[in-house]
Amino acid sequence: MSADQEQRTIRCLVAKVGLDGHDRGAHVIARAFRDAGFEVIYSGLHRAPEEIVQAAVQEDVDVLGISILSGAHNTLVPKVIEGLKEYDAFEDTLVLVGGIIPDEDKDDLLEMGVAEVFGPGTPMEETVEFVEANAPER
Amino acid sequence: MSAAAETELVEELLDGKHRALARVISKVEDREPGYRDIVSRLHEHTGTADVIGVTGSPGAGKSTLVDKLAAHYRERGETVGVIAVDPSSPYTGGAVLGDRIRMASNVGDMDVFFRSMSARGTLGGLSTATADAVKALDAFGKDRIIVETVGAGQNEVDIVRTADTVVVLVQPGSGDDVQMLKAGILEIGDLFVVNKADMEGASRTVADLEEMLHMERDPTAKLNTGSFEKPDHPDRDDIDANGSTPADDDEHWEPMVLETVAKSGEGVEELIETLDEHSAWMDETGRREAKARQRYAAEIRQLLRADAAQLIDEEIDQRGGIEAMAERVQARETDPYTVADDVLGPIEDCVRKQRE
Repeated sequence: MSADQEQRTIRCLVAKVGLDGHDRGAHVIARAFRDAGFEVIYSGLHRAPEEIVQAAVQEDVDVLGISILSGAHNTLVPKVIEGLKEYDAFEDTLVLVGGIIPDEDKDDLLEMGVAEVFGPGTPMEETVEFVEANAPER
Repeated sequence: MSAAAETELVEELLDGKHRALARVISKVEDREPGYRDIVSRLHEHTGTADVIGVTGSPGAGKSTLVDKLAAHYRERGETVGVIAVDPSSPYTGGAVLGDRIRMASNVGDMDVFFRSMSARGTLGGLSTATADAVKALDAFGKDRIIVETVGAGQNEVDIVRTADTVVVLVQPGSGDDVQMLKAGILEIGDLFVVNKADMEGASRTVADLEEMLHMERDPTAKLNTGSFEKPDHPDRDDIDANGSTPADDDEHWEPMVLETVAKSGEGVEELIETLDEHSAWMDETGRREAKARQRYAAEIRQLLRADAAQLIDEEIDQRGGIEAMAERVQARETDPYTVADDVLGPIEDCVRKQRE
């Protein structure tokens, strides 16, 4: 094997934003992504939107998965997206939201630029396949 | 990627755009076509950063300490780049990179550029990729670059060698760790830090380490019971009968053992001071330049080996592949040496002719 062989790997940031201590889902997703061969960066709990933006930009992730179960998605997600735009990182980052999102909020999030919203009970394969199919070309 | 896009990316990086820096590191990691040109172009802008390598066993507190170091440097107005290397799964290639969680002191501070890298299970590729990522941070203008890695294997030792100063982290009460240290990491450390120094057994670990470091330097130390004249050092001419070496002057860096509690920040101040001392010592003695030259030599060698290996792989494929060759060797039609000569012969001829 040569040191020059191209080795493209999908990089994901799994992020917990705001005052929300429920991280089981985020852990499960992080593991599933790892087992699918992705490189997963986990943010840890209680992160501010700016921190998530900082991490997404510096780590140059293909996929940003935000897990929110606190109901604050309408406040937090726009902040993250604005931050990504500020650093020219929004265009080629696939933004996903997972957690408890009421149906009536889902469309707003999608319009904002979120690629997909995954609710409770979504099979792991579905999320992994979605990422594999939609990870941005760079 | 087109040459124009590469130029733009390099210019954006030199301009201080974070996204461009992040993207360059991705290209370096992915070994994407064109990454070589990018690194080539960055090279002339490098050489200003002070690179610190931090290594130690899992759970020793590397990430927490790196976080505190970064915060201290930022207080002094210096910019910091961090590269944290974590292992990847040998089965799926996937990885969970968790070092970022510990970077609590530098939240929202874009002048600390933190990047996680996975080992990606490549042969020798990791150290090249990490060295190139360090160059990108250097060219970007970071004053201090910290490379953090689990000191488990040869690859990791290589990565740490890309640093000007190597800090080895040890956990108290871990006899096994000290055992591990014997196996080689002892030789690469410029500084040894016993982290979690508030834990039981910390002073013991410090004592063990110090003893081992002294043994390393002078195997006859402490053997002098006073009854006989101490023998000259068996291996080294530069140690005289009093046990003092020319090492006691400026020419030699005496590895030190420090204690920290990374979580509370205790001892970090002293660590920074010692790091500064080492840095100044390297500048005074010309060690930094010498080390850099060694590093470049190793890098050139590694690149040449990789490139030559690629050329040979091509040649093997042209000749029907390695499997077919192996079968012929197994059938006793030929032998490995003859095959190697056959493959390499024409290349050798070519090179020799060119040289004339």
